[in-house]
Amino acid sequence: MKKLLFVIVTLLIIANNSLQAYSSSPKEFVKELVEDAITKLADKSVSSDDKKLFIEKIALENVDIKALGMYTLGELRKSANKKDLEKYELAFEKYFLKSLTSRLSDYSESKFEVTNSDQKSSNYTIVSSKIIPSDGNPEIKIDWRIYTKNPNKPLIRDLIVEGLSLARTQKEEFTSILSSNNNDINILITKLKEFVQN
Amino acid sequence: MRLRKNLVIAIFVTLITFAQFHAKATEECFEGISRGIFKFNMFFDDIVLEPVAKGYSKLPNPIKAGTSNFTSNISTLLSLPNSLLQGNLKEFGHAAGSFLVNTTVGILGFLNPAERIGLKPNKEDTGQTLATYGVGSGCYFVLPILGPTTVRDSVGLIADTFIDPFAHVTLRENELLGVSGNNFDYYSFKGTNAIDFRSDNLANFSSLEKNSIDLYASFKSIYLQDRENKIENSQDDQDDWGNLDN
Repeated sequence: MKKLLFVIVTLLIIANNSLQAYSSSPKEFVKELVEDAITKLADKSVSSDDKKLFIEKIALENVDIKALGMYTLGELRKSANKKDLEKYELAFEKYFLKSLTSRLSDYSESKFEVTNSDQKSSNYTIVSSKIIPSDGNPEIKIDWRIYTKNPNKPLIRDLIVEGLSLARTQKEEFTSILSSNNNDINILITKLKEFVQN
Repeated sequence: MRLRKNLVIAIFVTLITFAQFHAKATEECFEGISRGIFKFNMFFDDIVLEPVAKGYSKLPNPIKAGTSNFTSNISTLLSLPNSLLQGNLKEFGHAAGSFLVNTTVGILGFLNPAERIGLKPNKEDTGQTLATYGVGSGCYFVLPILGPTTVRDSVGLIADTFIDPFAHVTLRENELLGVSGNNFDYYSFKGTNAIDFRSDNLANFSSLEKNSIDLYASFKSIYLQDRENKIENSQDDQDDWGNLDN
């Protein structure tokens, strides 16, 4: 029994350690996190299911998915009822994780470099970086909006690719769906679910 | 005669759309029609632009880089009158210096030595110039083949062909400093520019198509954000997270 308990505890410690804790400095945080993700995605010995699980795990830990979901919902977040908002949050999280894995896979063959860090306020730091594609295409400038209200636990809130905010694009996409469907949040939830299932 | 005809078209378009300038860019002029045109454009992209861009992307890097530099250098010509019209002499200096250095030392623009000496001009067009004069964007719509635009930017697009020195020589077939050209040169340049842009963005387009639940709205958002950045000559993200900071 003691032996079994020892094995279980050891396995739990190993499993826990496999999820790295990243630096609290926004610049180092982005650097460590992205390098970790790119290394994992490029590793041919890791199965695609394991890669997906890994990306989902680090996203859940390091991206402010809840705030992102509320931001992309726009003004409707103030008037929607609690039950609908909970359903939306759940659907958005699944949608976000699927789309993030897909987006990251597209850049897994690239080199990544953090170039600068600019503290905008006590709540936000913009970390600038660039991705250098392996196929000779022009490098892509990516800014990371890092939420630093808790300085010990920075969280990603937005990626600004060549000046284009992914959060804003997402928000305007959702606004378009809502405005053509009488601001019915349930239609948006259905569309998010359909995306996850396809 | 043709100049007069174009002028009449430009004035006509300006007049019928002038009342729309007050509309916000997020407002649609005629969404149903725009969505239909967008579908056609995506179809055109699938059967023409994307396959050509994929073929182009397989060319050796020096050829792609040379082509990209060449089209970019010609595009700089449009920035010259627009920088002046915006009263931005520094930007005019950068554009003029970049064009001169790249056309001479850079062998007709195939190389880009200007960037290495710090001359990296922003692209300026008449839509941006109108914005600096305080003209509102007007509502949003989609043009066949040319893609997303606003009332202001579409008027700017027509005006560009009147003030762009390259269009003056090619599209209007006038001689400038001993250089002459024709319509074919103009449309070849525009086509090459589009293929080069599409080729640079093969992965980005495909990622967007895969991850959008309303692709039309995504393209609209990206177009409007890009125009805002170009008008501001900045890529700074606008902070509109508001009360989510709590």
